[in-house]
Amino acid sequence: MNKNEALFEYALRMGDSALIHGQRLAEWCGHGPELEQDIALTNISLDQIGQAANWLALAGKIEGKGRDADQLAFLRDAWEFRNVQLVEYPNEDWAYTLVKSYLFDSFNFLLHQRLSESANPDFAAIAAKSLKEIAYHKRYSAEWVLRLGDGTELSHRKAQAALDDLWPYTGELCEMNEVDELLFAEGIVPDLRVLESEWRAEMRDLLAQATLEIPERDHVHTGSRQGIHTEYLGHILTEMQFLQRAYPGLEW
Amino acid sequence: MKDWPLWEVFIRSKNGLNHKHVGSVHAADAEMAIQNARDVYTRRNEGASIWVVESKYITASDPEQADAFFGPAEDKIYRHPTFYEIPKEVKNI
Repeated sequence: MNKNEALFEYALRMGDSALIHGQRLAEWCGHGPELEQDIALTNISLDQIGQAANWLALAGKIEGKGRDADQLAFLRDAWEFRNVQLVEYPNEDWAYTLVKSYLFDSFNFLLHQRLSESANPDFAAIAAKSLKEIAYHKRYSAEWVLRLGDGTELSHRKAQAALDDLWPYTGELCEMNEVDELLFAEGIVPDLRVLESEWRAEMRDLLAQATLEIPERDHVHTGSRQGIHTEYLGHILTEMQFLQRAYPGLEW
Repeated sequence: MKDWPLWEVFIRSKNGLNHKHVGSVHAADAEMAIQNARDVYTRRNEGASIWVVESKYITASDPEQADAFFGPAEDKIYRHPTFYEIPKEVKNI
């Protein structure tokens, strides 16, 4: 693998995670429990899709084969996606959605903080622009985790059930592969092992405040770096890509 | 979530201006009201600062008393500061 291929892979990883998370959150549009929360999640969804557009446009530029952000988003199949599996998980209910969001947002915030100091100016620029948005996403989801975890008996039970199911998907967030090693050596991306200890400390603090217990199971779902995904991704793509598949080249 | 109280939202569009009432949101508490106001009323860059107050704490004048309240001020034009000559040296007033 050369540096250009590694940059392409990493940009896809960033863009795809933002895209799939944004797509999932968009499913709440019109279904939020309160008008205000409906708008809040839709705002976050649009932020994520905006970030995805930036990363995928950059990925297309790095690849140099003339693919733009839309082509990368709508004309690849599941095994070509590099998003973390966590964001594929169904929304289920409000607790699941917000616990999932918090696990992702808190990791995403630390990652973007470091990427905003990247030696690659394109990476640094997109990360710096996204960081402000992600800071709010994290503030929003963290507050909901506290509210639900340390709320009523029912909200606590639902939040804990969500954490139990979702926690095994966090194991791969900080996995390093040859893409990471190559780009880390160049000062372009962070060492995720260092980031992981910071992230885990934050999880212990906030989840304890929320009176939620981190599951002790060691089992970890992994594989997204190689294009291995949950069964859910195919279903997400079916809906998200429908228009371009049915009417190739269609534009607004 | 059905019993969330209503909050009145005031937004200051930029520093130096007043907070103006823009509408209301439902929220469980003040912190959530601020976030909801941010999400509902500042999406198009309208705000530099937000105030929220629970609607029940607003005391309003009685519409039926409007005549007695506001009528008497209608014909008292001398209360407007338009009868004074402003010295040339005063540039802004």
